[in-house]
Amino acid sequence: MRNSKPILLLEDDTVDAMTVKRALKDLQVLNPLVRASNGEEGLEYLRDTNNPKPCVILLDLNMPKMNGMEFLKVIKADERLKKIPAIVLTTSRDDQERIRGFQLNVAGYIIKPVDYTKFVEAVRIVHLYWTLSEMPDTDEECKNEKFQANSAS
Amino acid sequence: MRNSRPILLLEDDNVDAMTIQRAMNEIKVSNPLVHVANGEDGLIYLHKSDNEKPCLIMLDLNMPKMNGLEFLKIIKSNAEFRQIPVIVLTTSQQEQDKLESFKLSVAGYIVKPTDYKKFVEAVKTLDLYWTLSESPVNMN
Repeated sequence: MRNSKPILLLEDDTVDAMTVKRALKDLQVLNPLVRASNGEEGLEYLRDTNNPKPCVILLDLNMPKMNGMEFLKVIKADERLKKIPAIVLTTSRDDQERIRGFQLNVAGYIIKPVDYTKFVEAVRIVHLYWTLSEMPDTDEECKNEKFQANSAS
Repeated sequence: MRNSRPILLLEDDNVDAMTIQRAMNEIKVSNPLVHVANGEDGLIYLHKSDNEKPCLIMLDLNMPKMNGLEFLKIIKSNAEFRQIPVIVLTTSQQEQDKLESFKLSVAGYIVKPTDYKKFVEAVKTLDLYWTLSESPVNMN
């Protein structure tokens, strides 16, 4: 990835989450992986100002409590969170879901390969692309607030 | 790329547009490249129903008439066009440009490498990623 901020993974399946972690490790991607097992937990992480904002969000769609699409709707309506690129990582081949995902401005929609070697290749490409691409300074608002506090004093 | 639809390129510099076409030829990306010189012409292309909708938009930021960010604001508030992934391709390293672009949900922000070999490498990565990723195909 372009920077060393965490990657936020929303995935309810523990085995799938471990596979992502393993693939990142195999590819020597050093960004910490923060896992939330549904949309609600993801929002909790993002809204806790003590947590560093992630550089990207990897998003499963079918999750309990708050699913991927619901989560996307919430973050894309939030000024502070909408700038974080969200990439769908799913097994769903549903056309409607794919279109809805792009209407909610996902920055990629990847169908998880079942085969581990192919999965690692997919993660490698995601890593390559988001190393080439610039990323927004996701903690910018916090810095601005600090700056304003400093100049006020 | 995932499908054979055109790539819409908004770029006011003809030499830069030719470099992109050349890089695409070199790595054998066969999607047609539709080149327009500013945001206004980009909108005209998208609104014309005879034109095939692009699978991807590559967007320069500094352009006359209607610049990249103005164009982005318009297409991201349009229900028909907002689903098309937009990738900024610029020389601007300005934090403000990056932030504004990502707030408008761009699907990538690439600072154009000046070296041609590095530029081809960048286009290759772009092609790999958008071949791996699904695309919003049902765009009529």
